[in-house]
Amino acid sequence: MALRFLRAGAVALVLTASVAAQSTDRPPANDDCLACHSAPSAARATGQPVVVLPEKYAASVHAPLACVDCHADLAKVTEFPHPEKLARVSCSTCHEDVVAKYDLGVHARARRADPASPAATCVDCHTAHEIKAASDPTSTTYKLNLVGTCARCHGDPAIISRGIEAGNVPASFHDSIHGRALEKAGLIVAPACGDCHRTHDILPKSDPESPIHRTKVPSTCGTCHAGVGQLFAASVHGGALARGMPSAPACQTCHTAHGIQRTEREGWQLGAVEECGTCHAEALRTYRDTFHGQVQSLGFARIAKCADCHTAHAIHPKEDPRSSVSPANVVATCRQCHPSATENVVGYDPHADKRDRARSPHVYYVAQAMNVLLAGVFTFFGLHTTLWFWRGFRERRSPAVPEQRNDDDRGAAE
Amino acid sequence: MTTTAAPPSERHYVRFGRAERLLHAGLMTSFLGLALTGLPLLFSDMRWAAVLARLFGGFAVAGRLHRFFAIVMIAVFTIHVARVAYRIFGRGEAGLLWGPGSMVPQPRDVRELYEHTRWFLGLGPRPEFDRYTYWEKFDYWAVFWGMLIIGGSGLILWFPATFARILPGWMFNVALVVHGEEALLAVGFIFTIHFFNGHLRPGKFPMDLVIFTGVVSEREMREERALELERLRSEGALEAKVAPPPTRRQMRTGYVVGGIAVGIGLALVVLIIYALVLGGH
Repeated sequence: MALRFLRAGAVALVLTASVAAQSTDRPPANDDCLACHSAPSAARATGQPVVVLPEKYAASVHAPLACVDCHADLAKVTEFPHPEKLARVSCSTCHEDVVAKYDLGVHARARRADPASPAATCVDCHTAHEIKAASDPTSTTYKLNLVGTCARCHGDPAIISRGIEAGNVPASFHDSIHGRALEKAGLIVAPACGDCHRTHDILPKSDPESPIHRTKVPSTCGTCHAGVGQLFAASVHGGALARGMPSAPACQTCHTAHGIQRTEREGWQLGAVEECGTCHAEALRTYRDTFHGQVQSLGFARIAKCADCHTAHAIHPKEDPRSSVSPANVVATCRQCHPSATENVVGYDPHADKRDRARSPHVYYVAQAMNVLLAGVFTFFGLHTTLWFWRGFRERRSPAVPEQRNDDDRGAAE
Repeated sequence: MTTTAAPPSERHYVRFGRAERLLHAGLMTSFLGLALTGLPLLFSDMRWAAVLARLFGGFAVAGRLHRFFAIVMIAVFTIHVARVAYRIFGRGEAGLLWGPGSMVPQPRDVRELYEHTRWFLGLGPRPEFDRYTYWEKFDYWAVFWGMLIIGGSGLILWFPATFARILPGWMFNVALVVHGEEALLAVGFIFTIHFFNGHLRPGKFPMDLVIFTGVVSEREMREERALELERLRSEGALEAKVAPPPTRRQMRTGYVVGGIAVGIGLALVVLIIYALVLGGH
């Protein structure tokens, strides 16, 4: 360590001597800076490297710029090596709009609240001297690379523990349908972090202006999933969400935000029923009292589940003619599985409740009668059996009534 | 009820013919199969139900097995009814309709229940019975009624589209409730009351093999069915019923088959009680 520092100091001294010798009023040229900073050993007193690789810088979008265009306070420095402590580079000098957006976002907010926060600044995502356009496949902000860039902090347990409420989001994203499409299949149309969260003005989900605020999620998802977005917006859930009902679901309520699974997967389909049941507890209970619900409960997905009858997104009240379970449509809905179903299925109640006399009188009375029958039979024969057992033992123990069994004799004729 | 040790050459009498034993075997097998493949649905929220359903190769396979056993049971039922009808109408056996050889409930059954209960309570002597006791008749009619109800509702659930042409939709709700509750009654009754009355009670324990071997010993006849023994003797019909004692092989088969059936049944009873207590059914 000490050796490296000494060597770096020596290099700096030798090189800067020549710079100083020809110093004029001109600001230092890039070559002047690189004379020291291109050396792999260039470092601060703390050991922190301050290396700028000329070929990487030359490939960056800022290649035409002079070092002092950003490091403006060095423009007037004539003594080299210059002081280690420089003014913070202000990207807003050129990128005023973008920095203004950044200042609205969660990263800037975190840094304002706590100057020691590790929240990302421009260079954390864009790098300092190797910045490339987001359209460049080698850029840290290129779509296929963005998740990895965000994950440098959002996948780091040490940083997550410092206040990232959502936890290790990249981990669940990697296995999601979006993550697989993006990272495994290389689908550029699949969403990366920025497509939902934006890139600079990243707002917390509690902010009503955020694209991930629950009221905004359907339109955010609908950017790509336009068809589903339209169905949902018109649905009872979409309507309730738009009216501001606090418990109304948005996309992520059922699909989760980051670990979104293929809806064809059996596990997801079975879990979705439970998800509906978190709000519709009564409907889940009565569903479980039917054949459909019993089979589903046993862990088999090839049976009518919530979405099979109610649809997944175009859910409307039964009274609404658009509803898949409205009187006009219910036969067609049943026929998806029961092709020869007739008009009579209208009388079948897939949520019949044997406890609810008003809703299901037939089932209610039949269930009551069956309960009486069961209770009667088991009470009578339970008592009968108990008494018999008791008497049987007494008879057997009493020496007054000797009784023997001799099974050997029964098999004597073999 | 005094008895003496059976003499080595004890006589045995036929109680159940080959056809009756075969029908019981068919009924027993299909009943167990139906219970094992059907109960998971009734207790679908229990962990054991999912395990049992997976054991049968998943819901689809369990469902197919359930229907297969249903066909076996319906066949047993049909053959039995046809046999009884033939004996009554073809052979003119009026004794099947009334009297000691009939399954039809009669005033004597009420009297025997009364006397039997008095004996339970130590208030009187143990009554003597004829060929069919009141609890055996209850067993018979409970199963008979059960097969009609469960079989009927089961067919409705099996062929919903067909039945929907003639039945209102709510009948399918009712059919499911009836099918499940009646099945619970049947399973609960057979696996506790019938097992106890037939096999596990003192005097029969561990198993009454008559349904497997078809014959009972003179001593057992005297103990359990004194009235029948006397009646047959006075009618002069006793000698025709004499049969050789069961072979060891027959008895071993009876114990194994019966033991498996009783074992499965009692295990299911434990699971049902567990579900009723914990599952809030």
